[in-house]
Amino acid sequence: MLHIVACIKQVPDTKIIKMNPKTNTMDRSSAPAILNPYDAHAVEEAVRLRARYGGVVSVLTMGPPPAVKAIRKCIEIGADEGYMITDRAFAGADTLATSYALTKALEKIAEILPIDLIVCGKMTIDGDTGQVGPGIARRLDIPPLTSVIKVAEINPDERYAIVHRKLEDGYEVIRSTLPCLLSVEKDINEVPYSTLPNMLRAARYEPHIWSVGDLKDIDRTQLGLKGSPTIVSSVWAPQKPQGGAMLEGKPDAQVSQLLDVLLTRKELFEAASGGGVS
Amino acid sequence: MPEKFDAIIVGAGPAGTACAYELAKAGVNVLLIERGEYPGSKNVMGGVLYRKMMEEIVPDFHKEAPIERPIVEQRFMMMDKSSAITFSYKGMEWATEPYNNFTVLRAKFDQWFAAKAVERGALLLNETVVLECIVEDGKVVGVRTDRPDGELRADVVVLADGVNSLLAKSLGFHKEFRPDEVALATMEILKLDKKTIEDRFNLEEGQGCTIELFGDATKGILGTGFLYTNKETLSIGVGTLLSGLIKHKIKPYELMEYVKTHPMIRPYIQGAEPQEYLAHLIPEGGYRSMPKVVGAGVLVVGDAAQLVNAIHREGSNMAMTSGRLAAETIVAARERGDFSEAGLDGYRQQLMGSFVGQDLKKYKDATHHFDKFPQYFEQYIPMMNRAASQMLTVDGTPKREKQKKIWRDIGPAKSKFKMARDIYRAWKVMK
Repeated sequence: MLHIVACIKQVPDTKIIKMNPKTNTMDRSSAPAILNPYDAHAVEEAVRLRARYGGVVSVLTMGPPPAVKAIRKCIEIGADEGYMITDRAFAGADTLATSYALTKALEKIAEILPIDLIVCGKMTIDGDTGQVGPGIARRLDIPPLTSVIKVAEINPDERYAIVHRKLEDGYEVIRSTLPCLLSVEKDINEVPYSTLPNMLRAARYEPHIWSVGDLKDIDRTQLGLKGSPTIVSSVWAPQKPQGGAMLEGKPDAQVSQLLDVLLTRKELFEAASGGGVS
Repeated sequence: MPEKFDAIIVGAGPAGTACAYELAKAGVNVLLIERGEYPGSKNVMGGVLYRKMMEEIVPDFHKEAPIERPIVEQRFMMMDKSSAITFSYKGMEWATEPYNNFTVLRAKFDQWFAAKAVERGALLLNETVVLECIVEDGKVVGVRTDRPDGELRADVVVLADGVNSLLAKSLGFHKEFRPDEVALATMEILKLDKKTIEDRFNLEEGQGCTIELFGDATKGILGTGFLYTNKETLSIGVGTLLSGLIKHKIKPYELMEYVKTHPMIRPYIQGAEPQEYLAHLIPEGGYRSMPKVVGAGVLVVGDAAQLVNAIHREGSNMAMTSGRLAAETIVAARERGDFSEAGLDGYRQQLMGSFVGQDLKKYKDATHHFDKFPQYFEQYIPMMNRAASQMLTVDGTPKREKQKKIWRDIGPAKSKFKMARDIYRAWKVMK
């Protein structure tokens, strides 16, 4: 029997979010809050592993009280239990402080039922860092396996897992001890339309909700804004590329034109200044 | 084994939610199924919510519900191409409790209302489509949804699935509605700051105004336009019978653009920024289009039962009342353990005896009459405008001469007779 915990997050739907043109930050009120799409695949994978090996699937999130909705979504997918840590002390956390808080919550969950496997989505669509999963693994001192596209085998008795990790030119097969942490790619599975019994269970489900006081041996200086060394000094929108030329004519002629450009215009290969966060 | 509830309600609009609320309050194990992402996400109305019928369900709701503005003035514009005659009633008795009506935005309001039903003990299931009722031995015993393992059982199923009610149709309660039985309404929500809204509509802080538009707003097609004030937005829309759009070959969005650029409307909405665009069908067939509303193990409420008074733009209030009456009937039926058609017929009797049935009966011919005789909107409203312009323009013409001109404008004796007959007919269908 496996105890699998999926770490999930509620995020604004960045497909439709509006940016504040003055501050270049997201206007979170302009988009509905959804379950981070990568996390849905993490939960689905956990549910599939439960179907293969038996066990319990729990989900854990940190967030404001409305994030209960994201937990219910995970119950719809098939998770058994949902845990949420919510407290003003957690607010403003970067990935370092978030992974610390989640680790403390995972330790508490492990007291209820020892954890064999932690599954995370590849990254969140609002932060795009992919750091929290490996951060948790480091703190728990267990192997982090990122970019997982397939779980080939879990052996709860001999305590190992074999997974496929996506590489640029293929994949690698890795065997790890249990417990370990997987962060999964979208291609690992498809999340099916939830069943009616799961929907009803989710509609009725009340998650376990903990505040800072419920977590053991917690160092408050490592939480929230205080525990976050990341400083966003400025945010800017990437420059839109300008100019450009269209090559026309027959394929042969286009190829020779292209070669001319590549051979004569060396400046094209110098690093361009993009946009982003510093 | 499918789970069984005492009652399943399909559709979390005003009718379904009112029913769920009342049933949950009475301790009935009720499931409310909504196809949208949340209640209100797919629901549309111009935006006037009547206090009385809502209050019969949730007393003092206006203190906590997300309402926009209490309405203190109702204007009615009879429009021609570049003119309008406006009637209005403004009363300060509407500016204080208990109020008369409010503007609301349905996406917010329906969500709140459904949450109240959940608070009372109803179970709400979103993002789930009911495909059909499960019928056994001529009795509805549950529903089949689009979800895997998607069957559910219930003693009684309430169909609150809106204007086209595919579920009532598949039970044979009504046929496909004709284009002259449904109106297509399109609306936009336009962002405008509070102060500007209050200045433009002559309102004190927090107060609201509604304007109903007749005549040229719909290019003479039977229907109405509207312009309502919300907190920081305006709702503007236009609704016409589907048959009228087909006959005049006008696309709904063209009509919408026409209203927005009409010289009588343009100044109200100048500088307002479109936020949302919505469209929905409205059942306007009235009494004569009402389907069968009671069957064995099943009741039909709200738009699904065609409960709309098009003349007075009432619908959500009728929906709520029908939902409440359905709940009362179900509670009584449970006590007797009788969910047969006869056992549930109390709902139909109550409904037809209430203002809902009475009003539908009163106006049973109104929509059909104005649809059949388009001259009211096409000719008489422009004629009224010309008459007003004639009388109020001071150009040195003696007033008696002006009256003669107005009289001549109606046309030869035959037209005058026709007009008199039309006025009599209109009085007859409205009385």
